[in-house]
Amino acid sequence: MTVAAVEPLLFRLTGDEKHAPSAHSTLDVLWVLYDRVLNVGPDRIDDPERDRFLLSKGHGPAAYYAVLAAKGFIPEEWLDDLAGPDSPLGHHPDRLRVPGVEISTGSLGHGLGLAIGTALGLRAQGLLTPRVLVLLGDAELDEGSNHEAIAFAGASYLDSLTSVVVDNGSTSHPWPHGLASAFTVRGWSAADVDGRDHEALYQALTEAHPGRPHAVVAHVERKGS
Amino acid sequence: MRQAFIDTVMKILDDDPRSALVIAEISAEPMAKAFADHPDRAFNVGIREQLMIGVAGGLALTGLRPIAHSYATFLVDRAYEQIKLDLGHQGAGAILVSVGASYDGSTAGYTHMSPMDVALLDTLPGWRVHVPGHPDEVAKLLREAMSHDEKVYIRLSTKENSSAHEDGSVVKPGQGRTVVAVGPMLDPVLSATEGLDFRVVYTNTPRPLRVDGGAILVEPYLEGTSAHLGRFDSIGVKRVDLHRYGSPKDHARWHGLDPESLRARLTAL
Repeated sequence: MTVAAVEPLLFRLTGDEKHAPSAHSTLDVLWVLYDRVLNVGPDRIDDPERDRFLLSKGHGPAAYYAVLAAKGFIPEEWLDDLAGPDSPLGHHPDRLRVPGVEISTGSLGHGLGLAIGTALGLRAQGLLTPRVLVLLGDAELDEGSNHEAIAFAGASYLDSLTSVVVDNGSTSHPWPHGLASAFTVRGWSAADVDGRDHEALYQALTEAHPGRPHAVVAHVERKGS
Repeated sequence: MRQAFIDTVMKILDDDPRSALVIAEISAEPMAKAFADHPDRAFNVGIREQLMIGVAGGLALTGLRPIAHSYATFLVDRAYEQIKLDLGHQGAGAILVSVGASYDGSTAGYTHMSPMDVALLDTLPGWRVHVPGHPDEVAKLLREAMSHDEKVYIRLSTKENSSAHEDGSVVKPGQGRTVVAVGPMLDPVLSATEGLDFRVVYTNTPRPLRVDGGAILVEPYLEGTSAHLGRFDSIGVKRVDLHRYGSPKDHARWHGLDPESLRARLTAL
Protein backbone atom coordinates (compact mmCIF):
# COMPACT_ATOMS: atom_id res chain seq x y z
CA MET A 1 0.00 0.00 0.00
CA THR A 2 1.28 3.46 -0.84
CA VAL A 3 0.03 6.91 0.03
CA ALA A 4 -1.97 6.77 -3.23
CA ALA A 5 -4.36 4.43 -1.41
CA VAL A 6 -5.37 7.35 0.79
CA GLU A 7 -6.39 9.51 -2.19
CA PRO A 8 -9.91 8.11 -2.75
CA LEU A 9 -10.50 8.18 1.00
CA LEU A 10 -9.56 11.86 1.09
CA PHE A 11 -11.92 12.60 -1.80
CA ARG A 12 -14.64 10.65 -0.04
CA LEU A 13 -14.11 12.72 3.10
CA THR A 14 -13.88 16.15 1.56
CA GLY A 15 -15.85 15.70 -1.66
CA ASP A 16 -13.16 17.89 -3.13
CA GLU A 17 -11.60 16.46 -6.29
CA LYS A 18 -10.24 19.80 -7.45
CA HIS A 19 -7.38 19.83 -4.97
CA ALA A 20 -4.60 17.29 -5.13
CA PRO A 21 -3.86 15.30 -1.94
CA SER A 22 -0.80 17.50 -1.55
CA ALA A 23 -3.22 20.26 -0.51
CA HIS A 24 -3.14 18.42 2.82
CA SER A 25 0.09 19.57 4.44
CA THR A 26 0.25 16.72 6.93
CA LEU A 27 -0.59 13.86 4.56
CA ASP A 28 2.90 12.58 3.80
CA VAL A 29 4.10 12.87 7.38
CA LEU A 30 1.03 11.00 8.65
CA TRP A 31 1.43 8.32 6.00
CA VAL A 32 5.09 7.69 6.81
CA LEU A 33 4.27 7.61 10.52
CA TYR A 34 1.44 5.10 10.23
CA ASP A 35 2.99 3.06 7.44
CA ARG A 36 6.55 2.74 8.67
CA VAL A 37 7.30 4.40 11.99
CA LEU A 38 4.61 3.94 14.61
CA ASN A 39 4.24 0.70 16.47
CA VAL A 40 0.44 0.80 16.51
CA GLY A 41 -2.44 -1.19 15.09
CA PRO A 42 -6.23 -1.23 15.10
CA ASP A 43 -6.18 -4.55 16.98
CA ARG A 44 -4.31 -3.07 19.95
CA ILE A 45 -5.47 0.45 20.54
CA ASP A 46 -5.24 -0.09 24.31
CA ASP A 47 -1.93 -1.98 24.30
CA PRO A 48 0.31 -0.31 26.92
CA GLU A 49 3.33 -1.11 24.72
CA ARG A 50 2.02 0.80 21.68
CA ASP A 51 3.64 3.99 20.49
CA ARG A 52 1.59 7.10 21.21
CA PHE A 53 0.87 9.48 18.33
CA LEU A 54 -0.64 12.78 19.43
CA LEU A 55 -2.02 15.11 16.78
CA SER A 56 -1.59 18.42 18.54
CA LYS A 57 -2.51 20.46 15.50
CA GLY A 58 -6.12 19.28 15.43
CA HIS A 59 -7.04 21.58 12.54
CA GLY A 60 -7.80 20.09 9.14
CA PRO A 61 -7.72 16.44 10.23
CA ALA A 62 -8.92 15.08 6.86
CA ALA A 63 -5.56 13.47 6.13
CA TYR A 64 -5.51 11.98 9.64
CA TYR A 65 -8.95 10.40 9.26
CA ALA A 66 -8.12 9.13 5.79
CA VAL A 67 -4.92 7.48 7.05
CA LEU A 68 -6.76 5.99 10.05
CA ALA A 69 -9.34 4.55 7.64
CA ALA A 70 -6.67 3.24 5.26
CA LYS A 71 -4.97 1.49 8.18
CA GLY A 72 -8.21 -0.03 9.49
CA PHE A 73 -8.68 1.99 12.67
CA ILE A 74 -12.05 3.36 11.55
CA PRO A 75 -14.63 2.17 8.98
CA GLU A 76 -14.42 3.93 5.61
CA GLU A 77 -18.15 4.67 5.83
CA TRP A 78 -17.42 7.17 8.59
CA LEU A 79 -15.71 9.38 6.03
CA ASP A 80 -19.03 10.12 4.31
CA ASP A 81 -20.50 12.17 7.14
CA LEU A 82 -17.80 14.55 8.33
CA ALA A 83 -19.05 16.68 11.24
CA GLY A 84 -22.65 15.47 10.89
CA PRO A 85 -24.83 15.40 14.01
CA ASP A 86 -24.13 11.72 14.64
CA SER A 87 -20.67 11.56 13.12
CA PRO A 88 -17.73 10.53 15.31
CA LEU A 89 -15.52 12.55 12.96
CA GLY A 90 -15.52 16.32 13.37
CA HIS A 91 -13.34 19.12 12.17
CA HIS A 92 -11.23 18.47 15.25
CA PRO A 93 -10.68 14.91 16.48
CA ASP A 94 -12.20 13.53 19.68
CA ARG A 95 -10.36 10.68 21.42
CA LEU A 96 -13.55 9.48 23.08
CA ARG A 97 -15.24 9.06 19.68
CA VAL A 98 -12.50 7.80 17.35
CA PRO A 99 -10.55 4.57 17.90
CA GLY A 100 -6.81 5.11 17.72
CA VAL A 101 -7.00 8.84 18.41
CA GLU A 102 -4.88 9.44 21.53
CA ILE A 103 -5.90 13.02 22.35
CA SER A 104 -8.79 15.34 21.58
CA THR A 105 -7.49 18.54 20.05
CA GLY A 106 -8.54 21.68 18.23
CA SER A 107 -7.42 24.49 20.49
CA LEU A 108 -3.76 24.92 19.60
CA GLY A 109 -0.88 24.33 21.99
CA HIS A 110 -2.20 21.44 24.06
CA GLY A 111 -0.54 18.39 22.52
CA LEU A 112 3.02 18.88 23.64
CA GLY A 113 2.18 19.17 27.35
CA LEU A 114 -0.01 16.08 27.14
CA ALA A 115 2.79 14.30 25.25
CA ILE A 116 5.31 15.10 27.99
CA GLY A 117 2.93 13.81 30.66
CA THR A 118 2.38 10.69 28.58
CA ALA A 119 6.12 10.11 28.14
CA LEU A 120 6.76 10.61 31.87
CA GLY A 121 3.84 8.35 32.80
CA LEU A 122 5.07 5.54 30.56
CA ARG A 123 8.59 5.83 31.94
CA ALA A 124 7.31 5.80 35.53
CA GLN A 125 5.54 2.52 34.84
CA GLY A 126 8.61 0.89 33.32
CA LEU A 127 7.22 1.09 29.78
CA LEU A 128 10.49 2.04 28.13
CA THR A 129 9.82 0.84 24.58
CA PRO A 130 6.91 3.05 23.47
CA ARG A 131 7.79 6.33 21.80
CA VAL A 132 5.64 9.42 22.00
CA LEU A 133 5.33 11.40 18.77
CA VAL A 134 3.46 14.64 18.56
CA LEU A 135 2.56 16.55 15.41
CA LEU A 136 2.40 20.35 15.50
CA GLY A 137 2.01 23.14 12.98
CA ASP A 138 4.47 26.00 12.52
CA ALA A 139 1.86 28.62 13.46
CA GLU A 140 0.78 26.49 16.40
CA LEU A 141 4.19 27.27 17.88
CA ASP A 142 2.95 30.84 18.36
CA GLU A 143 1.13 29.57 21.45
CA GLY A 144 3.22 30.09 24.58
CA SER A 145 2.16 26.77 26.12
CA ASN A 146 4.43 25.02 23.58
CA HIS A 147 7.42 26.92 24.86
CA GLU A 148 6.72 25.88 28.43
CA ALA A 149 6.72 22.31 27.13
CA ILE A 150 9.77 22.59 24.85
CA ALA A 151 11.88 24.05 27.67
CA PHE A 152 10.86 21.42 30.22
CA ALA A 153 11.26 18.45 27.85
CA GLY A 154 14.75 19.59 26.92
CA ALA A 155 15.77 20.11 30.53
CA SER A 156 14.34 16.66 31.40
CA TYR A 157 16.34 14.82 28.67
CA LEU A 158 13.08 13.22 27.58
CA ASP A 159 14.42 11.06 24.77
CA SER A 160 11.25 9.03 24.22
CA LEU A 161 9.65 12.20 22.83
CA THR A 162 9.70 13.33 19.21
CA SER A 163 7.97 16.42 17.84
CA VAL A 164 7.14 16.73 14.17
CA VAL A 165 6.42 20.27 13.09
CA VAL A 166 4.78 20.56 9.70
CA ASP A 167 5.98 23.93 8.45
CA ASN A 168 3.75 25.35 5.74
CA GLY A 169 4.84 28.90 6.45
CA SER A 170 1.56 29.87 8.04
CA THR A 171 2.90 31.80 11.02
CA SER A 172 2.77 35.60 10.66
CA HIS A 173 6.06 35.90 12.53
CA PRO A 174 8.59 33.28 11.41
CA TRP A 175 11.56 32.30 13.57
CA PRO A 176 14.46 34.54 12.55
CA HIS A 177 16.96 31.68 12.78
CA GLY A 178 14.65 28.93 11.59
CA LEU A 179 11.95 27.04 13.43
CA ALA A 180 14.31 24.25 14.56
CA SER A 181 16.13 26.80 16.71
CA ALA A 182 13.08 26.99 18.99
CA PHE A 183 13.94 23.42 19.98
CA THR A 184 17.73 23.28 19.78
CA VAL A 185 18.14 26.28 22.10
CA ARG A 186 16.38 24.13 24.72
CA GLY A 187 18.62 21.11 24.25
CA TRP A 188 16.65 19.14 21.68
CA SER A 189 18.23 17.59 18.63
CA ALA A 190 16.55 18.70 15.42
CA ALA A 191 16.41 17.87 11.73
CA ASP A 192 15.02 19.87 8.82
CA VAL A 193 13.55 17.71 6.07
CA ASP A 194 11.40 17.94 2.98
CA GLY A 195 7.91 17.16 4.24
CA ARG A 196 7.03 15.39 0.97
CA ASP A 197 10.11 13.16 0.87
CA HIS A 198 9.08 9.87 2.45
CA GLU A 199 12.58 8.48 2.80
CA ALA A 200 13.91 11.67 4.38
CA LEU A 201 10.93 11.76 6.75
CA TYR A 202 11.46 8.14 7.70
CA GLN A 203 15.14 8.70 8.43
CA ALA A 204 14.48 11.80 10.52
CA LEU A 205 11.61 10.19 12.44
CA THR A 206 13.59 7.08 13.32
CA GLU A 207 16.96 8.68 13.99
CA ALA A 208 18.38 7.74 17.40
CA HIS A 209 18.54 10.70 19.79
CA PRO A 210 19.80 9.32 23.09
CA GLY A 211 19.51 11.63 26.06
CA ARG A 212 17.40 14.30 24.42
CA PRO A 213 14.07 14.88 22.76
CA HIS A 214 14.04 15.20 19.00
CA ALA A 215 12.31 17.66 16.68
CA VAL A 216 11.70 17.07 13.00
CA VAL A 217 10.76 20.14 10.99
CA ALA A 218 8.93 18.95 7.87
CA HIS A 219 8.89 21.71 5.28
CA VAL A 220 6.00 21.74 2.81
CA GLU A 221 4.62 24.26 0.32
CA ARG A 222 3.49 27.56 1.80
CA LYS A 223 -0.15 27.58 2.83
CA GLY A 224 -2.25 28.95 -0.04
CA SER A 225 0.58 28.63 -2.56
CA MET B 1 -3.42 22.65 56.09
CA ARG B 2 -0.61 23.04 53.59
CA GLN B 3 1.74 21.06 55.86
CA ALA B 4 -0.91 18.36 56.34
CA PHE B 5 -1.23 18.15 52.55
CA ILE B 6 2.54 17.91 52.05
CA ASP B 7 2.88 15.21 54.74
CA THR B 8 0.05 13.19 53.19
CA VAL B 9 1.39 13.52 49.63
CA MET B 10 4.78 12.19 50.79
CA LYS B 11 3.10 9.12 52.28
CA ILE B 12 0.90 8.60 49.23
CA LEU B 13 3.94 8.72 46.91
CA ASP B 14 5.65 6.15 49.15
CA ASP B 15 2.65 3.80 49.32
CA ASP B 16 0.85 4.08 46.00
CA PRO B 17 2.75 3.34 42.77
CA ARG B 18 -0.12 4.87 40.79
CA SER B 19 0.29 8.28 42.42
CA ALA B 20 2.12 11.19 40.77
CA LEU B 21 2.79 14.77 41.77
CA VAL B 22 3.18 17.79 39.48
CA ILE B 23 3.95 21.25 40.77
CA ALA B 24 5.03 24.55 39.23
CA GLU B 25 7.66 25.74 41.73
CA ILE B 26 5.15 26.54 44.49
CA SER B 27 5.90 24.32 47.53
CA ALA B 28 9.05 22.93 45.86
CA GLU B 29 11.16 23.48 48.95
CA PRO B 30 8.98 21.75 51.56
CA MET B 31 8.37 18.94 49.05
CA ALA B 32 12.04 18.47 48.17
CA LYS B 33 12.06 14.96 49.64
CA ALA B 34 9.31 13.85 47.25
CA PHE B 35 11.42 14.84 44.23
CA ALA B 36 14.51 13.16 45.67
CA ASP B 37 12.72 9.93 46.63
CA HIS B 38 10.40 9.64 43.63
CA PRO B 39 12.03 11.31 40.61
CA ASP B 40 9.99 9.04 38.34
CA ARG B 41 6.60 10.20 39.66
CA ALA B 42 7.16 13.64 41.22
CA PHE B 43 7.81 16.59 38.89
CA ASN B 44 8.45 20.27 39.33
CA VAL B 45 7.95 21.73 35.84
CA GLY B 46 9.14 25.22 36.79
CA ILE B 47 6.91 28.28 36.73
CA ARG B 48 4.72 26.80 33.99
CA GLU B 49 1.12 26.28 35.05
CA GLN B 50 -0.26 25.45 31.60
CA LEU B 51 2.36 22.71 31.34
CA MET B 52 1.63 21.50 34.88
CA ILE B 53 -1.96 20.66 33.92
CA GLY B 54 -0.98 19.31 30.49
CA VAL B 55 1.52 16.98 32.14
CA ALA B 56 -1.10 15.92 34.68
CA GLY B 57 -3.45 15.10 31.79
CA GLY B 58 -0.78 13.03 30.02
CA LEU B 59 0.10 11.15 33.22
CA ALA B 60 -3.59 10.34 33.73
CA LEU B 61 -3.88 9.07 30.15
CA THR B 62 -1.20 6.47 30.94
CA GLY B 63 -3.15 5.30 34.00
CA LEU B 64 -1.49 7.24 36.80
CA ARG B 65 -3.36 9.38 39.35
CA PRO B 66 -1.80 12.86 39.23
CA ILE B 67 -1.96 15.46 41.98
CA ALA B 68 -1.26 19.03 40.77
CA HIS B 69 -0.66 21.83 43.21
CA SER B 70 -0.18 25.60 43.25
CA TYR B 71 -1.80 28.84 44.36
CA ALA B 72 -5.47 28.79 43.43
CA THR B 73 -5.07 31.74 41.12
CA PHE B 74 -2.32 30.05 39.10
CA LEU B 75 -3.75 26.53 39.33
CA VAL B 76 -7.34 27.34 38.35
CA ASP B 77 -7.61 30.87 36.96
CA ARG B 78 -4.47 30.80 34.87
CA ALA B 79 -4.71 27.21 33.65
CA TYR B 80 -8.47 27.19 33.10
CA GLU B 81 -8.36 26.07 29.47
CA GLN B 82 -5.91 23.28 30.31
CA ILE B 83 -8.28 22.11 33.06
CA LYS B 84 -11.14 22.20 30.58
CA LEU B 85 -9.34 20.44 27.71
CA ASP B 86 -6.27 18.55 28.99
CA LEU B 87 -8.28 16.94 31.78
CA GLY B 88 -12.06 17.17 31.24
CA HIS B 89 -12.31 16.88 27.46
CA GLN B 90 -9.76 14.04 27.35
CA GLY B 91 -11.82 12.07 29.86
CA ALA B 92 -8.82 12.27 32.21
CA GLY B 93 -9.05 12.87 35.95
CA ALA B 94 -6.70 14.55 38.40
CA ILE B 95 -6.59 15.93 41.91
CA LEU B 96 -5.94 19.68 41.99
CA VAL B 97 -4.87 21.02 45.37
CA SER B 98 -4.66 24.76 45.91
CA VAL B 99 -3.34 27.08 48.58
CA GLY B 100 -3.96 30.81 48.77
CA ALA B 101 -7.73 30.55 49.08
CA SER B 102 -9.69 33.75 48.34
CA TYR B 103 -7.74 36.48 50.18
CA ASP B 104 -5.33 34.32 52.22
CA GLY B 105 -2.59 36.09 50.27
CA SER B 106 -3.98 39.51 51.16
CA THR B 107 -0.62 41.21 51.66
CA ALA B 108 0.40 40.15 48.15
CA GLY B 109 -2.62 41.90 46.64
CA TYR B 110 -5.27 40.92 44.12
CA THR B 111 -2.77 39.17 41.81
CA HIS B 112 -2.49 36.44 44.43
CA MET B 113 -6.18 36.13 45.27
CA SER B 114 -8.72 33.78 43.77
CA PRO B 115 -12.17 34.01 45.28
CA MET B 116 -13.51 32.85 41.89
CA ASP B 117 -11.86 29.41 41.68
CA VAL B 118 -14.90 27.33 42.61
CA ALA B 119 -17.13 29.41 40.32
CA LEU B 120 -14.73 28.74 37.44
CA LEU B 121 -14.71 24.99 38.11
CA ASP B 122 -18.52 25.11 38.28
CA THR B 123 -18.57 26.03 34.59
CA LEU B 124 -17.09 22.59 33.85
CA PRO B 125 -18.83 19.24 34.24
CA GLY B 126 -18.03 16.72 36.94
CA TRP B 127 -15.70 18.43 39.40
CA ARG B 128 -15.90 17.38 43.07
CA VAL B 129 -14.84 20.14 45.42
CA HIS B 130 -13.51 19.77 48.95
CA VAL B 131 -12.94 22.76 51.23
CA PRO B 132 -11.44 21.45 54.48
CA GLY B 133 -11.83 23.65 57.54
CA HIS B 134 -9.08 22.04 59.61
CA PRO B 135 -5.70 20.38 58.88
CA ASP B 136 -6.96 17.08 60.34
CA GLU B 137 -9.55 16.84 57.56
CA VAL B 138 -7.01 17.03 54.75
CA ALA B 139 -5.51 13.53 54.79
CA LYS B 140 -8.88 11.76 54.63
CA LEU B 141 -10.09 13.91 51.73
CA LEU B 142 -6.88 13.37 49.78
CA ARG B 143 -6.81 9.62 50.41
CA GLU B 144 -10.44 9.36 49.34
CA ALA B 145 -9.64 11.27 46.13
CA MET B 146 -6.81 8.80 45.42
CA SER B 147 -9.24 5.88 45.51
CA HIS B 148 -10.89 6.75 42.17
CA ASP B 149 -10.14 8.54 38.89
CA GLU B 150 -12.58 11.43 39.01
CA LYS B 151 -11.81 15.17 38.86
CA VAL B 152 -11.27 16.54 42.36
CA TYR B 153 -10.41 20.01 43.62
CA ILE B 154 -9.16 20.43 47.19
CA ARG B 155 -9.05 24.04 48.37
CA LEU B 156 -6.67 24.61 51.29
CA SER B 157 -6.70 27.77 53.38
CA THR B 158 -4.69 29.42 56.13
CA LYS B 159 -8.02 30.18 57.80
CA GLU B 160 -9.00 27.21 59.91
CA ASN B 161 -11.56 26.19 62.50
CA SER B 162 -10.53 25.33 66.07
CA SER B 163 -11.45 21.68 65.54
CA ALA B 164 -12.09 19.20 62.72
CA HIS B 165 -15.60 18.08 61.80
CA GLU B 166 -17.23 15.44 59.66
CA ASP B 167 -18.87 16.55 56.44
CA GLY B 168 -22.60 17.06 56.99
CA SER B 169 -22.43 17.18 60.78
CA VAL B 170 -24.83 19.35 62.76
CA VAL B 171 -22.45 21.45 64.83
CA LYS B 172 -25.13 23.53 66.55
CA PRO B 173 -28.65 22.16 66.88
CA GLY B 174 -31.54 24.60 66.81
CA GLN B 175 -35.13 25.19 65.72
CA GLY B 176 -34.37 28.24 63.60
CA ARG B 177 -33.08 28.52 60.03
CA THR B 178 -30.30 26.24 58.94
CA VAL B 179 -26.97 27.85 58.18
CA VAL B 180 -24.58 25.68 56.16
CA ALA B 181 -20.98 26.75 56.75
CA VAL B 182 -18.41 25.71 54.14
CA GLY B 183 -14.93 24.78 55.44
CA PRO B 184 -13.21 27.60 57.35
CA MET B 185 -16.44 29.64 57.53
CA LEU B 186 -17.63 27.41 60.38
CA ASP B 187 -15.96 29.18 63.30
CA PRO B 188 -16.99 32.67 62.15
CA VAL B 189 -20.56 31.35 61.69
CA LEU B 190 -20.55 29.77 65.17
CA SER B 191 -19.47 33.02 66.80
CA ALA B 192 -21.90 35.01 64.67
CA THR B 193 -24.83 32.84 65.76
CA GLU B 194 -23.94 32.64 69.45
CA GLY B 195 -27.10 33.10 71.50
CA LEU B 196 -29.26 33.13 68.35
CA ASP B 197 -31.57 30.32 67.30
CA PHE B 198 -29.89 29.01 64.16
CA ARG B 199 -29.10 25.42 63.30
CA VAL B 200 -25.52 25.23 62.00
CA VAL B 201 -24.43 22.44 59.64
CA TYR B 202 -20.86 21.96 58.44
CA THR B 203 -19.68 20.84 55.03
CA ASN B 204 -16.19 20.39 53.63
CA THR B 205 -17.58 18.92 50.40
CA PRO B 206 -19.60 21.60 48.62
CA ARG B 207 -19.55 19.71 45.30
CA PRO B 208 -21.74 17.80 45.02
CA LEU B 209 -23.69 20.27 47.17
CA ARG B 210 -26.25 19.09 49.69
CA VAL B 211 -28.17 22.06 51.06
CA ASP B 212 -31.88 22.10 51.87
CA GLY B 213 -34.05 24.78 50.26
CA GLY B 214 -34.54 27.73 52.55
CA ALA B 215 -31.14 27.39 54.19
CA ILE B 216 -28.42 30.04 54.28
CA LEU B 217 -25.13 29.01 52.73
CA VAL B 218 -21.99 30.75 53.97
CA GLU B 219 -19.14 30.17 51.51
CA PRO B 220 -15.48 31.29 51.78
CA TYR B 221 -15.38 32.11 48.05
CA LEU B 222 -17.33 34.38 45.70
CA GLU B 223 -20.83 35.12 46.97
CA GLY B 224 -23.45 33.34 44.90
CA THR B 225 -21.01 30.71 43.58
CA SER B 226 -23.56 28.03 44.53
CA ALA B 227 -26.70 30.04 43.76
CA HIS B 228 -27.32 28.05 40.58
CA LEU B 229 -27.66 24.84 42.57
CA GLY B 230 -30.80 25.53 44.60
CA ARG B 231 -33.09 27.99 46.31
CA PHE B 232 -31.25 29.26 49.34
CA ASP B 233 -29.60 32.46 50.50
CA SER B 234 -25.89 32.90 49.90
CA ILE B 235 -23.25 34.80 51.81
CA GLY B 236 -19.68 34.94 50.54
CA VAL B 237 -16.87 37.08 49.19
CA LYS B 238 -18.01 40.20 47.35
CA ARG B 239 -17.32 40.56 43.63
CA VAL B 240 -14.96 43.49 43.92
CA ASP B 241 -11.27 44.21 43.46
CA LEU B 242 -10.54 46.31 46.53
CA HIS B 243 -6.99 47.24 45.49
CA ARG B 244 -6.04 46.84 49.15
CA TYR B 245 -3.50 44.83 51.12
CA GLY B 246 -3.86 44.30 54.88
CA SER B 247 -4.51 40.98 56.64
CA PRO B 248 -7.01 38.24 55.76
CA LYS B 249 -8.89 39.42 58.83
CA ASP B 250 -9.16 42.91 57.33
CA HIS B 251 -10.49 41.44 54.09
CA ALA B 252 -13.01 39.32 55.98
CA ARG B 253 -14.34 42.52 57.53
CA TRP B 254 -14.38 44.38 54.20
CA HIS B 255 -16.32 41.52 52.63
CA GLY B 256 -18.74 41.26 55.55
CA LEU B 257 -17.48 37.83 56.60
CA ASP B 258 -16.19 38.60 60.10
CA PRO B 259 -18.43 37.35 62.95
CA GLU B 260 -19.91 40.76 63.66
CA SER B 261 -20.92 41.49 60.05
CA LEU B 262 -22.09 37.90 59.60
CA ARG B 263 -24.34 38.19 62.65
CA ALA B 264 -25.94 41.31 61.19
CA ARG B 265 -26.36 39.72 57.76
CA LEU B 266 -27.76 36.44 59.09
CA THR B 267 -30.35 38.15 61.30
CA ALA B 268 -31.36 40.50 58.47
CA LEU B 269 -32.13 37.60 56.10
